[in-house]
Amino acid sequence: MNENPFTGALAWLADPMRWSGPAGIPARTVEHLGYTALGVLVAALIAVPIGLYVGHTGRFKGLAVGAAGVARALPTLGLVTLFALLVGIGLTAPLLSFVILAIPSLLAGAYSAVESADPATVDAARAQGMTEMQILTRVAIPLGMPLLVGGVRGATVQVVATAMLAAYVGAGGLGRYIFQGLGSQDYPEMIAGSLLVIALALVLDLALLLLQRVTAPRGTAVP
Amino acid sequence: MIGFENVRKEYPGGTLAVEDFTLEIASHEAVALVGTSGSGKTTLMRMINRMVDPTSGRVTIDGEDVAGMNPVALRRSIGYVMQASGLLPHRTVLDNITTVPVLRGTSKTAARERARELMHIVGLDPALATRYPAQLSGGQQQRVGVARGLAADPNILLMDEPFGAVDPIVRDELQGELQRLQRELRKTIVFVTHDIDEAFRIGDRVVILRPGGRIAQVGTPQEILAAPADDFVASFVGADRGARTLHIERIEGRDVIVDADGRAAGVLSAAPARGGADEDRADGTSASTAGQEPPR
Repeated sequence: MNENPFTGALAWLADPMRWSGPAGIPARTVEHLGYTALGVLVAALIAVPIGLYVGHTGRFKGLAVGAAGVARALPTLGLVTLFALLVGIGLTAPLLSFVILAIPSLLAGAYSAVESADPATVDAARAQGMTEMQILTRVAIPLGMPLLVGGVRGATVQVVATAMLAAYVGAGGLGRYIFQGLGSQDYPEMIAGSLLVIALALVLDLALLLLQRVTAPRGTAVP
Repeated sequence: MIGFENVRKEYPGGTLAVEDFTLEIASHEAVALVGTSGSGKTTLMRMINRMVDPTSGRVTIDGEDVAGMNPVALRRSIGYVMQASGLLPHRTVLDNITTVPVLRGTSKTAARERARELMHIVGLDPALATRYPAQLSGGQQQRVGVARGLAADPNILLMDEPFGAVDPIVRDELQGELQRLQRELRKTIVFVTHDIDEAFRIGDRVVILRPGGRIAQVGTPQEILAAPADDFVASFVGADRGARTLHIERIEGRDVIVDADGRAAGVLSAAPARGGADEDRADGTSASTAGQEPPR
């Protein structure tokens, strides 16, 4: 194998055989996106309500920030391995790790979205007779939507880039190519797999950036 | 009718905002609470719609203690106009004005129709209906704030330095408009300001507050100007500096009212016959208050 591995990777990607079948690039991409979506979704169900609550009430702020910091510091590969030892090979272990990986960004996004609402505006809404829930849903969340989506964006990019670890414990996704290539010392395949993950991360990042722009409240300057 | 009975507000940490405040505000009366910062004037006003709950004492509306009322329902029944308008930046002028009626369950169509009427009443160009607050001038934003405060047709209107953030010319205009509105609508208005001239102009009665919500003097502008209760009041209304001392100079056959600095404050339209205080107040040109009318 004396050819340039990058040229090899491009040749690997250009092979039409790679673009069909259950182990083909489209199928693996869909798996990869599925893991990402599931991880971010589950994390969002946990982190967003907590973030909104903390942001709106200002209670448990230190606890939330601390927990997010701890979650951020955990090495994901270590978590995947640990969970795999506990729950076995398959999708559960990596998904749990992705959820933990996604929580800090989502928590910070939801928290800062609500906290960034101008106190005078919130006070005015309350004085008009909005309930706390109405203040949250009709004032704070619409105004903070770009920050909330920003949290989703950060979490998604982190998870999509890390989701290749699913293949490390026997699940699918684009990580398959990387770990297969690693096992067989097939560097073109490894690099091709990496390039696909990178491309997917960039595409998602861009798409969510656009979403962030679109969800900016009308009547206010885009932050 | 709004009643304050021995109201006290102490914040955790020991800050005493209001020591012991008692006052009765009649229905359809405009009362201006005036004082420097720390006088507790905004705190007192916010007790009426339970944005602040007193530590002790009672605040009543038509005899009923507000402490027993649901704060959300109470706030929806009271108009609130605040400094820098407090409009929702992500909602159009029309949607801002309809906020409270829609919260109270009025249909959107009916609320919007009423909002357009209100825009007319407060002197807003109908073309502004679809604009966002950031696209309006400060004066226009305040007009929207007033329209929103009136939208649910409340009996009580609370106004927290509503014209504090606009330039003097616009402020003068808005004060004039509010006087006109009040003549037509006859709401019970509680108006908070640190500007004594504004208080004299808006208030049927004026409450001058010392720090801690202690009342220095309550009375009509005429009463306060004619007989300041003490040096604090005299200094607050500017009587001690001679700023309120006007005299008449005869210029080209007309009686021109001149203030202590020698600036013309107005022209006397008739001989200074002494009518009742109400009469003086109605035309706004009594010798004692002419100082607030800018020369035209």
